[in-house]
Amino acid sequence: MAIPDKRMTEDEVVAELRSGMTIGIGGWGSRRKPMSIVRAILRSDLTDLTVVAYGGPDVGLLCAAGKVAKVVSGFVSLDSIPLEPHYRMARQSGTIEANEYDEGMLMLGLMAAAWRVPFLPTRAGLGSDVLTNQPFLRTVTSPYPAPGGGDPEELVAVPALTLDAALIHMNRADEGGNGQFLGPDPYMDDWMALAADNTYLSTERIIPTEDFRSHGSIHTQRISRLNVTGVVEAPGGAHFTECPPDYGRDEAFQKEYAKAATDPEAWAAFEQQWLQLESEADYQAAVAARRAEGGSR
Amino acid sequence: MSTTDTDLGFTRAEVCCVAVAECFRGDGERLANPIGTIPMIGGRLARATFEPHLVMTDGLAGFTSETLPPGTDPYGVGADGHLAVLATMEAWNPYPQMFTVLWNGRRHVMMGASQIDRFGNQNLACIGSWAQPKSQLLGFRGAPGNTINHTTSYWVPSHSPKVFVEQVDVVSGVGYDRAAALGPAGSRFHEIRRVVTDLAVLDFETPEHRMRLRSVHPGVSVDDVVAATGFELVIEGDVPTTREPTPEELQLIREVIDPKGLRATEVKI
Repeated sequence: MAIPDKRMTEDEVVAELRSGMTIGIGGWGSRRKPMSIVRAILRSDLTDLTVVAYGGPDVGLLCAAGKVAKVVSGFVSLDSIPLEPHYRMARQSGTIEANEYDEGMLMLGLMAAAWRVPFLPTRAGLGSDVLTNQPFLRTVTSPYPAPGGGDPEELVAVPALTLDAALIHMNRADEGGNGQFLGPDPYMDDWMALAADNTYLSTERIIPTEDFRSHGSIHTQRISRLNVTGVVEAPGGAHFTECPPDYGRDEAFQKEYAKAATDPEAWAAFEQQWLQLESEADYQAAVAARRAEGGSR
Repeated sequence: MSTTDTDLGFTRAEVCCVAVAECFRGDGERLANPIGTIPMIGGRLARATFEPHLVMTDGLAGFTSETLPPGTDPYGVGADGHLAVLATMEAWNPYPQMFTVLWNGRRHVMMGASQIDRFGNQNLACIGSWAQPKSQLLGFRGAPGNTINHTTSYWVPSHSPKVFVEQVDVVSGVGYDRAAALGPAGSRFHEIRRVVTDLAVLDFETPEHRMRLRSVHPGVSVDDVVAATGFELVIEGDVPTTREPTPEELQLIREVIDPKGLRATEVKI
């Protein structure tokens, strides 16, 4: 057996992306986000992106940097801080277009794309302003009689959310792009990978395929290389979001991030200190130095 | 409001916990999924007393049979560096599975509401126009799917005319008038059971499913509730007083379910 070698760097991933693309980002809120690739996008010339996510600071940072034309989300939150400040500002100033879905609808959109069907039906969304505010979302009438013989049911037809690229972060992966999550929840990363033309997977550690079993049960091996184009080894790559059991969320850092976001001067200083760095290695070195000073856990 | 100067032997927050627990009475073997501190305490109180077969989450990826105090994280790291599950789990229920559970219908959620109207339409998405909000809030989250698929109740820790409004800015959770407009096929799983606030318990048990004042908490008058509500409530005769906590319930709340007293962070009296 020969597993292909799909290793690449964050900057090589970004070089394969284009302005105007639709990009799915895995994780959930401020949990297991592929932040090292997001930081590489922040350093790039990419712009006009459509971002599809259960959003957290990934979405906030990309909005703040003017990289985003449109956000398609079930929510954008920092979890321990309920509202993402940059996303809020982008919505309130009207600088981005927003598609706000019910959380479950977003999953169905990814599933429809994964299964290559134009839509999937659901009751979720009926009667709510998800539909009235977003008239591109249509309903479909069931071709079958309703239970008990009433009028056929009308259901929401969630359109396929086909992604040009997906970015996901796994605890472990092999060189070929098989990925393993070791925390409590896979989120929608598997569906993101299946919904995308190309999926780029960052991971805490690249390991030999035969070692997966020593890290977790077969059920944790959720991502197949069938749907992965590139693998980036990125220890600490999810920082400052959580990546259990490897590390928790850097709550002190997140607090600073959220506080800085509300003040233009403070944000400029935050950007200079944490985002206008040459490389991910520089970022990780700066985080390590901060930790040594006792600023983060 | 004539509330703080009488020593009743229990706090308003504790009355709210019991009122929340009462929302789940009769649910049997169903996922009781209260979101928020007092909702979580109330749900666990129901399970510890009169609804022992309720299924409840750990707030993350599992159904747990343990009475975890609010804010407890049941996941840690073992000596081997692997994920350690620190509570007894009945089933694994990560987010993708949760949508299956809720579309399957065996769930009763209790959500918050930034705004709610007389038919139970709820908003937690934003204030102002959705196209360009004055204040962006949580987005739709799971509210549309929850309300159209299974029983929903609401928790409002601060009852005011800003929350109880004639018309919500955005309909996230679907109320009775909107559900009725969908016809029987669209609305067959819709039920808004109760709204519990720091002042009162409200329901929709009226012919048109308009919001009714079900009970006022001890120390609160009907006029207090009317003044704090931005639309006309259905008020039928003498409004009962919300049930007081029993000594057993108080002991469970104070010593087992919420020993740190986090309930007082949501309702201060």
